[in-house]
Amino acid sequence: MILWTSLDTWIVVAGALAGAACALVGAFLVLRKTSMMGDAISHAVLPGIAIAFIMTASRAAGVMFIGAAIVGVITALLVEVVRRYGKLEHGASMGVVFTVLFAVGLILIERAARHVDIHPEHVLYGAVELVPLHVVTLAGFELPRGVAVLLVTLIVNLTVITALFKELRLATFDPGLATTLGINATAMHYLLMTLTALTTVAAFEVVGSILVIAMLIVPGATAHLLTRRLLPFLVVSVVVAVMAAFLGHIAAIGIPPWFGFEDTSSSGSMATVLGLLFLLAFLAAPEQGVIARGLNLAGLRLSIVTQDALGLLARAAEDPQNPDAGLSFADFCLVSRSPFTARAPALTVALLLLRLRGQVSASGNRYRLTARGRAEALRVLRAHRLWERFFYDDGQVELDELHAAADLLEHYTDAGLRNALAERFAGQSTDPRGRRIP
Amino acid sequence: MRLQTLSLPEERFKPATDQKPALHVRDLTVAYDRKPVLWDVDLDVPPSLVAGIVGPNGAGKSTLIKAVLDLVPHASGVVEIFGKPYRRQRRLVGYVPQRESVDWDYPITALELVAMGLYRKIGWCKPVTAPHRCRALEGLAEVGMAALAHRQISRLSGGQQQRIFLARALVQDAQIYFMDEPFAGVDAATEKAIIAILQRLREQGKTVFVVHHDLESVRHYFDYLIMLNMRVVAAGPVADVFTSENLRRTYGGRLTLLDRAVDAIGQGTH
Repeated sequence: MILWTSLDTWIVVAGALAGAACALVGAFLVLRKTSMMGDAISHAVLPGIAIAFIMTASRAAGVMFIGAAIVGVITALLVEVVRRYGKLEHGASMGVVFTVLFAVGLILIERAARHVDIHPEHVLYGAVELVPLHVVTLAGFELPRGVAVLLVTLIVNLTVITALFKELRLATFDPGLATTLGINATAMHYLLMTLTALTTVAAFEVVGSILVIAMLIVPGATAHLLTRRLLPFLVVSVVVAVMAAFLGHIAAIGIPPWFGFEDTSSSGSMATVLGLLFLLAFLAAPEQGVIARGLNLAGLRLSIVTQDALGLLARAAEDPQNPDAGLSFADFCLVSRSPFTARAPALTVALLLLRLRGQVSASGNRYRLTARGRAEALRVLRAHRLWERFFYDDGQVELDELHAAADLLEHYTDAGLRNALAERFAGQSTDPRGRRIP
Repeated sequence: MRLQTLSLPEERFKPATDQKPALHVRDLTVAYDRKPVLWDVDLDVPPSLVAGIVGPNGAGKSTLIKAVLDLVPHASGVVEIFGKPYRRQRRLVGYVPQRESVDWDYPITALELVAMGLYRKIGWCKPVTAPHRCRALEGLAEVGMAALAHRQISRLSGGQQQRIFLARALVQDAQIYFMDEPFAGVDAATEKAIIAILQRLREQGKTVFVVHHDLESVRHYFDYLIMLNMRVVAAGPVADVFTSENLRRTYGGRLTLLDRAVDAIGQGTH
């Protein structure tokens, strides 16, 4: 059983606020294809925080934010400078800049940590479990300090993104046009980097740098699989992040006891849940998921094999000597010129489907067209021979290659196209080899 | 009488600014990493015409457009649109970037993309509203794409994507347009649509610059030609500058076969 206390509520609220704030800016990083800039900045702000602390001897949120924002913009600038003048690709340039800044930050914090309670390990894992311990008063309510800071950050992000929604959309989609329209894409880029730096600092004290990166990138990546419009994209990103916070904490306190362990780090568990949510979208997204694509492909293959089988039966029925002989299973494999249809498992499924539809009957071990099947089979044959006529008359394809070309196209020919083809060859009733076009 | 009625629409559409050249460029030099890409470019292009920009790969055709639009830094030079510095004339300028320059997986529809052309008119921080969407839909209709207004842009063909790019420029309602390879890799229907648009823009007294690759169609599409190979080799009315001598100077020894082909075309049309 899970024992839920107000402590747990605050942890989930802090995680959800951090997630929502990160997901909002992260969505634009993902769309701009600069996701790893989030990674770079979230690490690089560390010296900013440390220097701000050393200079002012204060851990006030405002001071930290200013330090982080400055270093965030400096990081973005440095990455650009190193890339351009160091002749490096973007990823390498980020790698150079953020690892150095992060290391400097760690050293500074270690020096400072002798006097205060910033610990290097909190930088990595965060301290979401400690969130409820520091309480402040915001607009008359008593809130944990971390939650208050994140709430303000989320409101800032929401305000900026709502106000500049169309400007951000244009600057992230087409920076060139944005600049000619007076929306300076470079300025928008640095605005986004500043927001990323602020959000990172606010979130990272609570949830640690790994979860910050996960919350910046994974919700956007998941939304990319699920939506095709920008507003739903942002909404899905935020929902995914909030779900991960909630489910992650439940998993952290609920699952380890099953195996007889103490409960585990909530932020680690939240990041894991984010990964699982992405995996779910990756597999089961309605259009772009692996399963949906697999089913689509399988459906297409099956429809091609069933149409081929009908076509083969229709050709067999044209034999003047023995129109009712039908084909045996082995005949299909022998007669078919499409390697696909000649494969036994595909053919078995296709013939089963045709029998279920009542288009093919089986007696003995021979398959024959039913009246209903005959109509459909003639449509396939008609498309095939019209295409042969088309290619032959245009002189584009040799007689030997006609069949393959027509075979490909007959499966993609609907009634409209079939009639258009028929109109074009109104006077002709045979294909190039003199067989009747049904 | 007949002459009068013919000249009437021209009068009406003539921009007040047409005393000055539509585009005036003096001493424009652009360098990437100290390696010059464009040298001492001087241009004075009169308004109300369709101008082609041709030259071999790496000649700086796109760079010329981007430099004019302040998208790449200049080492030196002056750019004026209708007699005033570009920065003060931005609202008169429409831009069609190369199709490959954007991410077509971006989650927006054709209509939303076209509405981007209206963002300056809409103004900072204000949302896109119903009248803007109507205008965008008109723009789509002008390029024959109204039926696909609500399709996500990755599900359009290359030619359709190029057409919505043009629709976006049309709704900008500019006086002078810069189009970066609008004909690259498009189907016949799109090519026809683009030519019709260029024709209409010319009739409306607009000035259009088109980066172009296919030398065979130069005579059919353009009134004016800028032949570029890091420097301006020649610029002027197509009939005057599109000569085998200028082609040789533009393309160097690389295209002797092409020279002859163009000569042949030249003889055909004269």
